[in-house]
Amino acid sequence: MPFPKLSTAFGQGGTPTGVPTKITQGSRTRGGVGESTLRPDGILKVTGEFAYSSDLWHEDMLWGQILRSTVAHAEILSIDTSEALATPGVYAVMTYDDLPTEVRHYGLEIQDTPVLAHGKVRHHGEPVAIVAADHPEIARRAAAKIKVEYKELPIVTGEASATAPDAVLVHENRTDRYIGHVPHPNILHRQPIIRGNAEQAARKADFVVRGEYHFGMQDQAFLGPESGLAVPEEDGGVHLHIATQWLHSDLRQMAPVLGLPPEKVRMTLAGVGGAFGGREDLSMQIHACLLALRTGKPVKIVYNRFESFFGHVHRHPATLSYEHGATRDGRLTHVRARIVLDGGAYASASPAVVGNAASLGVGPYEVDHVDIEALALYTNNPPCGAMRGFGAVQACFAYEAQMDKLADAVGMDRVEFRRLNAMSQGSVMPTGQRVDSPAPVAELLRRVKAMPMPPERQWESSEGADVRQLPGGLSNTTHGEGVVRGVGYAVGIKNVGFSEGFDDYSTARVRMEVVAGEPVATVHTAMAEVGQGGVTVLAQIARTELGVARVTIHPADTRVGSAGSTSASRQTYVTGGAVKHACELVREKVLELGRRKFGSRHPAWATAGLLLEGGKVVTDGGEVLADLVDVVRGEAVEVEEEWRHRPTEPFDPRTGQGDGHVQYSFAAHRAVVEVDTELGLVKVIELACAQDVGKALNPLSVAGQIQGGTAQGLGIAVMEEIVVDPRTAKVRNPSFTDYLIPTILDTPTIPVDVLELADDHAPYGLRGVGEAPTLSSTPAVLAAIRDATGLELNRTPVRPEHLTGTA
Amino acid sequence: MDFLRPAGWEEALAAKAEHPTAVPIAGGTDVMVEINFDHRRPAYLLDLNRIPELHEWETGGDHVRLGASVPYTKIMENLRAELPGLALASHTVASPQIRNRGGVGGNLGTASPAGDAHPALLAAGAEVEAESVRGTRLIPIDEFYTGVKRNALQPDELIRAVRIRKADGPQQFSKVGTRNAMVIAVCAFGLALHPGTRTVRTGIGSAAPTPVRAGAAEEFLNAALEEGGFWDSGRGITPSVVRRFAELCAAACDPIDDVRGTAGYRRHAVGVMARRTLTWTWESYRDASKGGA
Repeated sequence: MPFPKLSTAFGQGGTPTGVPTKITQGSRTRGGVGESTLRPDGILKVTGEFAYSSDLWHEDMLWGQILRSTVAHAEILSIDTSEALATPGVYAVMTYDDLPTEVRHYGLEIQDTPVLAHGKVRHHGEPVAIVAADHPEIARRAAAKIKVEYKELPIVTGEASATAPDAVLVHENRTDRYIGHVPHPNILHRQPIIRGNAEQAARKADFVVRGEYHFGMQDQAFLGPESGLAVPEEDGGVHLHIATQWLHSDLRQMAPVLGLPPEKVRMTLAGVGGAFGGREDLSMQIHACLLALRTGKPVKIVYNRFESFFGHVHRHPATLSYEHGATRDGRLTHVRARIVLDGGAYASASPAVVGNAASLGVGPYEVDHVDIEALALYTNNPPCGAMRGFGAVQACFAYEAQMDKLADAVGMDRVEFRRLNAMSQGSVMPTGQRVDSPAPVAELLRRVKAMPMPPERQWESSEGADVRQLPGGLSNTTHGEGVVRGVGYAVGIKNVGFSEGFDDYSTARVRMEVVAGEPVATVHTAMAEVGQGGVTVLAQIARTELGVARVTIHPADTRVGSAGSTSASRQTYVTGGAVKHACELVREKVLELGRRKFGSRHPAWATAGLLLEGGKVVTDGGEVLADLVDVVRGEAVEVEEEWRHRPTEPFDPRTGQGDGHVQYSFAAHRAVVEVDTELGLVKVIELACAQDVGKALNPLSVAGQIQGGTAQGLGIAVMEEIVVDPRTAKVRNPSFTDYLIPTILDTPTIPVDVLELADDHAPYGLRGVGEAPTLSSTPAVLAAIRDATGLELNRTPVRPEHLTGTA
Repeated sequence: MDFLRPAGWEEALAAKAEHPTAVPIAGGTDVMVEINFDHRRPAYLLDLNRIPELHEWETGGDHVRLGASVPYTKIMENLRAELPGLALASHTVASPQIRNRGGVGGNLGTASPAGDAHPALLAAGAEVEAESVRGTRLIPIDEFYTGVKRNALQPDELIRAVRIRKADGPQQFSKVGTRNAMVIAVCAFGLALHPGTRTVRTGIGSAAPTPVRAGAAEEFLNAALEEGGFWDSGRGITPSVVRRFAELCAAACDPIDDVRGTAGYRRHAVGVMARRTLTWTWESYRDASKGGA
């Protein structure tokens, strides 16, 4: 059958080094850490009943619409809004000149993005004006009546044009903190990583391989478009219901533009239909609030799919030049690399993406001599920023292609060559950072290679070819002719959490009280549930730590402190850590309360090691001392605390040295593909993955994350790409008709082998899961296609014309 | 935009005569996309969904009279024997939901070179039954496509049905897309053997401004099959003949470079599909001949 099977194995295939975390507190409470409890939103989403942000509704609400630039780079000579304003049903039209304060730009790190274009547009689809009307169609038509006179400017679209001596500057008069370190004002940030002496080491290499690789622009393609509802409040403030990845980051950027103190901007998370990094930046947040404050009415904005392609940043396209060397016995001598990321017109998260691409640029290998330069350009292409894998994805695609080339040059098996050079606990990264938790790279490769192979020619049946199993599928392009199987391997390394000295904390408020005769824990955080399963995991943590059956997850809003972003594979680690920490404090208080109330009744109250289990206070021997109901009745216990992981350091701007990352995560893939070598069509038959997750808090969710990340990596390998016309910098395929994402018929069987080797620095020993599988999936598929075709294939996605010599 | 909702076919023809710019809508799988994207904003929409006969088909005689709105799902389920090429093409249309709504009338009305039904109709041989208050006429499929998204219909005409020759031999349809389902054709190819007339017909999609037949390729192959006595002998076709046929099919293309693929790839892929579909249909023909002998 063509449907992917969920096949998950934990710790199959051999004995790993290291041990998973053993949990004492809460181990006898059901629905806790380590169980595959079901997600509360799962059935609602599958049956279409889940309320997404696009479903929000308010009586008397207006609809907002954004007018976007039709050209990539131009001076705005004039904007005439009179006809739009005169349209019946229109309540407000706003341009840059109508903004309420002098703060008119925003940005995650660098405030370079105009709320509405100011005299100039820098990319196709940049917001120029906003309209509120009593019907979405009226708003749309009114926006279309705004007349904008553009005088087109020359465009820069790549390194050559952006850094040419006479290049037009995307941003003049830069004052950001990177401008002092960059060789050209159209280079946003540049991060070298220098370790050892690559030049000298290169002379000792018996084999040297080089390659230049190109990575296409991928879109997050989340299914729920940008949307939210801004409701003006009686105190002059505004309440925004919004699908985002980080409420407090939005708030920090919004409040100054709106001219409101932060406490007058209230934020509540609305139903989020996926994010993958694309909701880290603001989209319609400020626009909806501006219109709501201007009109005094609730304003809803929902992008359609077309607008969504212009409404968020994409994954950086990249050009990566690599040189790898090895000795005759297969040891890596050095790596030299240059990674050029196209950041597009605005900074977004580009500096951090550069840091990742540079610091993770050699992959999970031990190399003493490294010389890497990574940089992000300012161009007139669509802005790029965060997407699952965040700079590590592009690098992995290139260094894994290099590792295959080098293994072939040395004459070693490709997997064994990787295993020989694999890093492990204690290895030193090119940044000088010592890896101080398990790094089972060689083991993951061994496991993924040891998995059983899917049978050959599985399309053959007694009734002829089953085209669903063949490249082209039901399009019936082959019955086996021209079809060649290929197998490829790849492994990757991703950092977990925010790096380079960022104060990456989360906040949790946990309350224990008696409700209807039962002990109930309430967990309140600002963590954005974007589909990752965070609310499920937070409830599991509370059950484990507090020994209660019932946990209420409070809706995420800004009435509690920041949870940080739902990105960088960090929420289970950081907000999970914060909830765990807050629960521990609640537990102490509960035990204190118990001692006060009942301490005299049993000597064990005076001992350490009391546990909360199954709604009771018990000794570590299991003897029941009291019901939690009796302990907390009438005296709710509540704690709100911030929690931080170990601090990190910035990378040295010249050498890239520094303990920049919190934690590393690793996944390996084996791809099995069938390629129709005559038509250049690819069917991925299987993508097996082995990943170390430290501790699987929810094994089913872990498997889902791995399979989802794997599928997203497959997408960029064989189909997903935003195509930008190099002559105009305009997007050519802003629709799901022409931006293709994998369907179920493109999604292979994804067997998953999960390792649980505890990281002693992390809560429960866990390791962030969500991104690592997105890294190695793509190069594994590319390697398999190379194996099938013998072609070099230095770009992704691979298109049929690349496989047939007709590009 | 006015929404016209005739209760019957005569009323629909009258409405179209009165409002020749009215855009007919049935399944809506093309028209609604255009409207949603604001690519067109017709003054009138003419809803044909209340006209039951458009959803019916007749299989008497040597033709299938396929109502313009018969959804692709029904073609796949019910007309596999009579219209094997079109049934295969139907299977490649979009998703199950779209196949439940869309029909051949819409493909013909839009006349996009990428419409999946066209190559199958061209290969099978078909006539479009166009009707207006002035009467009915049958437009041969070869004359129907007049330009990019243009067809031979008069402004007052509606498509009532398509009359498609029932298969008298094996038919095949192949479509290249860059994913394995739910994809618009990069290019497509239909081929039908007509042993009754000892002819082979073809149809090419998405590789020229309109759907086209590979006329020179057909002529070459018809002659080669005749001269070589292949229809009678049921021998495998000489590889050089297959190769030449494929080259001529590729040469019949007049493709463009666009976001879905290059012109060079389209030409190449049509050649590969021509070769394969000819091989598959001929194998079927030989098997059937052997079975009959």
